[in-house]
Amino acid sequence: MKLVKSRLFVNSGKLAPYIFISPFIISFLVFGLYPMGYSITMSFWKWTAGGPQEFRGFDNFVKLLTSDPYFKLSLWNSFVLMIFGSGLQHLFAIPLAIILDDKSIKGRDFFKLTFFLPYITSVVSIVLIFSQLYDENYGWLNYIIVNVLGQDKVRWVTESVPIKTSISIMLNWQFIGWNTLIYLAGLQSIDESLYEAAEIDGATKIQQVFSITLPLLKPVIFFTLTLSIIGGFQIFEQPFVLLGGYEKMGGPGNAGLTSAFYLMATGFSYGRYGKASAIAWLMFIVVIVMNILHKKIVHSDE
Amino acid sequence: MPKKESSFNRMGSKISIYLILILFVILFAFPFYYVFVLASQKGTNMYVNPPHILLNKYYFENIGKLFDAIPFGLHFLNSVMIGVFATLGTSFFCTMGGFALAKYDFKGKKIIFTFMVGTIAIPTFLNLVPFFRMMTAFGWYDTWLPLIIPGMANAFGIFMMTQFLEDAIPTDLLAAARIDGLSEFGILMRIVFPLAKSSLAIIMIVTFVGKWNDLIGPLVFLSTPEKLPIPPALTRFYNNMDGDKGALMAGNTLAILPLAVVFAIFSKQIISGLTAGSIKG
Repeated sequence: MKLVKSRLFVNSGKLAPYIFISPFIISFLVFGLYPMGYSITMSFWKWTAGGPQEFRGFDNFVKLLTSDPYFKLSLWNSFVLMIFGSGLQHLFAIPLAIILDDKSIKGRDFFKLTFFLPYITSVVSIVLIFSQLYDENYGWLNYIIVNVLGQDKVRWVTESVPIKTSISIMLNWQFIGWNTLIYLAGLQSIDESLYEAAEIDGATKIQQVFSITLPLLKPVIFFTLTLSIIGGFQIFEQPFVLLGGYEKMGGPGNAGLTSAFYLMATGFSYGRYGKASAIAWLMFIVVIVMNILHKKIVHSDE
Repeated sequence: MPKKESSFNRMGSKISIYLILILFVILFAFPFYYVFVLASQKGTNMYVNPPHILLNKYYFENIGKLFDAIPFGLHFLNSVMIGVFATLGTSFFCTMGGFALAKYDFKGKKIIFTFMVGTIAIPTFLNLVPFFRMMTAFGWYDTWLPLIIPGMANAFGIFMMTQFLEDAIPTDLLAAARIDGLSEFGILMRIVFPLAKSSLAIIMIVTFVGKWNDLIGPLVFLSTPEKLPIPPALTRFYNNMDGDKGALMAGNTLAILPLAVVFAIFSKQIISGLTAGSIKG
């Protein structure tokens, strides 16, 4: 009976698109919108694994922003990693894309493939490999630093600045290739005749890059930087695996404790759901504010 | 500028460009070589100076040790199962949703589309805690369901399929099929899916890669060690380890190899799938 009815509905044609898109609507309402409301509610309560305990108003937020020593530190850590882990890579990706856009380069597909491989590798696999490279006494990095460069050992996973450096290196390594290919796709939409005209006018390659390529690539750069801001603030897996999980809270001095890490630890290790939800919303607000600033800066240029 | 010097310059810059590219190839490829170097050393002989750089003969011994230490075969199978179920579900529902948005005109379509694109920007972490509570209430905690079901009709996948299907499905063909008396669902099954093969390959690979590499999902929703897929299982093994890294690295090669093989075969689709969706928008 049910089957016959639904077939009739589908046959009626007009309803078909609604039925086809309904799984998205349903799953968005159930798994997206509802939890979002739930999360706002939770953030105003002292709410632990047992359930809601006490309405706290803005207490969770106020405490996080004023007296909680970890939260501010975690924002700072996330910010540093966003700049040096997620942001810095564009300085590599854009030139690499411009180089690979030159059709006369042989083996472009090979280069693209190799650059892209890190992106499809799991963070866990990457961290396990790099942790060996970062080993203080027996890792390649310190071997080179001590024996070739004659410098002191770097404490890659036990000191604040080196911890952020080692996480940033892994982020750059994993995502430069992906950004390169995004930029490459953007470059391909630039009209070839612009370059030909510039060449006739006697512009050098470098001049062409600054007067044609970069200005026309601006929307793509804006897009990838937006993604980097959003993604950079969600860094969790790298410090989590590299620095020994929830127990170590981001290693010595909590140098690897990102906001996302703090959220995960607060929610899933300490079971403080209300506080964790408040962290989530504060992070969300920070990301939005940064994206607005980013947009403002881009537009003020024009 | 004399012509000779300019062509000499051009050759010099070509060479330096290749040198830069090769430097980056080495930087990106070295860790993949190095994991095999580590996985093929005798576990007790891992910490030496200078560190190992050449492959050794203990790879299969380490694989054996890995399987003695943890049920790696089971974790591998778990990863495959989670990946396959999620991939089948996702490709079905995203194709269906993408078909609706690409090939039908209906009231509310614009709103749904705009709204959908907006939801892509919502960070995962925002909803994770309440989502976890919901999954517990559903009785889905410590099952694979939270890793498979909620992501099936996802905004990014539908957005991607909408873009692809707009070009891949000729509208005339749909009209002809309707005249022949095919139902809308029949059109979806018999025309859209077969014609969307290449875009289906993209969304399947994107989904599978995402699930295969996921750590956060299993970390939050699974507690029984036997149910874990590879990434959290390796993380556990790493944290509980007593210093013998040979077995760990052997496990790591088995985590990387399947995707590397898939990647070697479908590299074009993977690259276009993972980058195109973002550029077109």
